[in-house]
Amino acid sequence: MSRILIIAEHDGETLSAATAKTLTGARDMGIDDIDVAVFAVDPSGVAEQAAKLEGVTRVLTIGHADFEHFLAARLAPEIKALAGDPGSGSGAGYSHILMPSTTYGKDVLPRAAALIGVNQVSDIQEVIDERTFKRPIYASNAVVTVKVADDQPVVATIRTASFAAAGEGGSAEIESRESQAEDPGHTRFVSVEGGEGEGPDLATASVVVSGGRAMGSSEGFDIIYSLAKKLNAAVGASRAAVDAGYVPNELQVGQTGKIIAPELYFAIGISGAIQHLTGIKDAGTIVAINKDPEAPIFEVADLGLVGDLFELVPELEGKL
Amino acid sequence: MKILVTLKRVVDYNVRVRVKSDGSGVETDGVKMSINPFDEIALEEALRIKERGEAEEVIVASIGGDEVQQQLRTGLAMGADRAIQVSADGDVQPLTAARTFLKLVEKEEPGIVFLGKQAIDDDANQTGQMLAALWDRPQATFASRVELADGKATVAREVDAGLETIEVDLPAVLTSDLRLNEPRFVKLPEIMKAKRKPLDTLSLEELDVERAGGIEAVSYEPPPKRGGGKKVESVDELVSELKAKGLL
Repeated sequence: MSRILIIAEHDGETLSAATAKTLTGARDMGIDDIDVAVFAVDPSGVAEQAAKLEGVTRVLTIGHADFEHFLAARLAPEIKALAGDPGSGSGAGYSHILMPSTTYGKDVLPRAAALIGVNQVSDIQEVIDERTFKRPIYASNAVVTVKVADDQPVVATIRTASFAAAGEGGSAEIESRESQAEDPGHTRFVSVEGGEGEGPDLATASVVVSGGRAMGSSEGFDIIYSLAKKLNAAVGASRAAVDAGYVPNELQVGQTGKIIAPELYFAIGISGAIQHLTGIKDAGTIVAINKDPEAPIFEVADLGLVGDLFELVPELEGKL
Repeated sequence: MKILVTLKRVVDYNVRVRVKSDGSGVETDGVKMSINPFDEIALEEALRIKERGEAEEVIVASIGGDEVQQQLRTGLAMGADRAIQVSADGDVQPLTAARTFLKLVEKEEPGIVFLGKQAIDDDANQTGQMLAALWDRPQATFASRVELADGKATVAREVDAGLETIEVDLPAVLTSDLRLNEPRFVKLPEIMKAKRKPLDTLSLEELDVERAGGIEAVSYEPPPKRGGGKKVESVDELVSELKAKGLL
């Protein structure tokens, strides 16, 4: 019997959009029985949001003081216990265990997969059927179709940039479960420093304005922030701009940064290295502004403008 | 303390890979191969830890045919003390790699196993987490800063929300992110010296590793191509194109 368990991502108060996108990936598998597990200190608020999502059968809440921070060593045995034995036939086991391929899902789920004793399918970008998936390899320069053997559970992360968020309209029942694992005591949260909390979230924004090395300095980035504000867009950056210290690293878009799929993406002063293009391949419309007409970014841009960005960007902002 | 660093031989990151026309795989014949860039960063960090006097020995290990000895020699030339090749044919999926490294952990008893956060060929990002699970030890993934003191590692991790710091008891598994450091260049005399450093070869069978498969590659294809774009001559034209697409 096929049953899906999704491990919710949240900040203690709000269910992440990544979870709603993972749900869409799950629904594409054609399996009707989809549970969402919420691990939290107090899961009630997040559970209510999950219960409203269209297509959720049950929301399982696991409340424990340990879940203030998501530590993989604490959560992985918990997920294994909740996932149950897929071969038991008792209905207690899940055939599919899913998380979004955010840094949280990437950290936690492979640890759970190893405890379960299976390999993970990382970063599903398209669902063919309940055991067959497409995923990107070689920095998205190739796509492989993989099939998971019938005799093992599908443990997989879902590439959030490839799926729309599931809508509301559901009314799943909420069931509380006991924590089944213990704190191994060897891993402790210390602190987290967030970036600037202004404007929309880079991972989910419908418009993103990114700057590259050609911005020249962190002051040079001011025109990027200004244009983004005008467009109610999130700000992104290439690795070169991050490495040069112009912007904090959580703004990095690309293979080693965030993979995003906004409706509209502005690549400004970005040459378009393959590692950067990996991060934006699924964007709706790509606009490139660059002084080098030979820059590889123009090969993927839907609209390209060649010229001095320090003149063109303020002019563009003025005409919006 | 020993540090074990794992090195994967992958297609060099500057190579634009091509999918074979019959969809059976990615063209790797005659293509430049290198150490996975994240593994190089892991090795660099291990060497720096040793140079600070916080570790005595750095061991590099790789799984694969004899061709991986090239990457192990490069690791030795960077400064690793000795190398272990675990010979294996065919597709080695992350859980098999993790089980293999666990056997090496049991033999060598390192204080830290340092891996790259992901290999740039399969982009799986699993092996370090899996090793930590099987070893039942802490993991600190996507590390961009590592400090050691009193049998503990304090690790800054690059997460979606920014920079998270955790503290883990050693022994532990760490995986490197891009900004952890800038790996050193190898100098010619070091390459000569590396040829005399020990390189042991074991096999999956000798180590009694149970292979974990379960995920079969059915076919490969190039990524969907984006439609050909066009260049506009002015900001006005750009704005009107975006308006025509309903984006403004």
